[in-house]
Amino acid sequence: MDPHILRKLNAERRARRAVVYLTDLGDGRDRLVREGDAVVGPLGEAIAAAFRSGRSGVVEVEGRSYFLNVHLPPPRIVVIGAVHISQALAVMAKVAGFDLTIVDPRTAFATGERFAGTDLVADWPEDVLKQRPLDAYTALVAVTHDPKIDDYPIRAGLEAGCFYVGALGSRKTHARRVERLLSQGASAAMIERIRAPIGLDIGAASPAEIAVAILAEVIEAFRRRELYRGAAA
Amino acid sequence: MDDATDTLDPLAVAERWMDDGRAVAVATVVETWGSAPRPAGSHLVIDGDGNFHGSVSGGCVEGAVITEALDVIGSGEPRMLEFGVADETAWRVGLSCGGRIRVYLERLG
Repeated sequence: MDPHILRKLNAERRARRAVVYLTDLGDGRDRLVREGDAVVGPLGEAIAAAFRSGRSGVVEVEGRSYFLNVHLPPPRIVVIGAVHISQALAVMAKVAGFDLTIVDPRTAFATGERFAGTDLVADWPEDVLKQRPLDAYTALVAVTHDPKIDDYPIRAGLEAGCFYVGALGSRKTHARRVERLLSQGASAAMIERIRAPIGLDIGAASPAEIAVAILAEVIEAFRRRELYRGAAA
Repeated sequence: MDDATDTLDPLAVAERWMDDGRAVAVATVVETWGSAPRPAGSHLVIDGDGNFHGSVSGGCVEGAVITEALDVIGSGEPRMLEFGVADETAWRVGLSCGGRIRVYLERLG
């Protein structure tokens, strides 16, 4: 293993970028391939497939044996709104293995007492997301249903290619949201990716039940994301 | 990978050991059959004194990998290790879970 490549690999992983670390099992030579880097031929196809599936493994290409170690960033959830639903969602997301951050500029809601042990930022999403940008391995969950707070991060989530963008609100609330986003220049195709009303339709009534519905929808979006990509291609 | 997970991440540990001037070997699960405890891509890193971090199985074959790692650190030649089901009568090193794994072992640098 090349020490420079190990450093690069660790730097990419810290920056939450997807990479494949490739070893030629015949001669031990290694290299790093970032998602989106062009690699021609059958090896390139094998690498693209590895990025989609997220599974590491040995591939045989033109008589040579390669090990592809896929490093995808761990999935995380960014919740806009320190509301009752978010309190339940924070606990459940941790159990399900997601990192979770809650952002809400309303300091009456975003208190350490209500969210003990949770990464909580009492500031405007516009400011927070500049420091911590969204990415394809992040789910954006907007639950304040206040346009002043929710609209910006929803759009940012769509533009960053978040694997999930969900927004709380009735069909009527969402219709008004769609109009606002269209008038701000978002495309209809982009807006269609917003999951609203938020959460799988399981008849959830209480805040905790709605959190279950949201988390289930996030998991589905993450686990089936290659199918969605495949359908779009 | 944040600072907290960095302390548990084998490849981050390998980089730190390298920066400390320690000789390091990296073991990687490259193939599994049956019910193997750790998936392909899992790492165990070993230094020249036999200190190790991470895992390639549930603790069944790490001892054997560490012994081989000291050879690989000395020679610099990578090797492929294969482990199958434990044979209790022969006291062979193996996996009690019934799976089989291949582990690629190489020196860092």
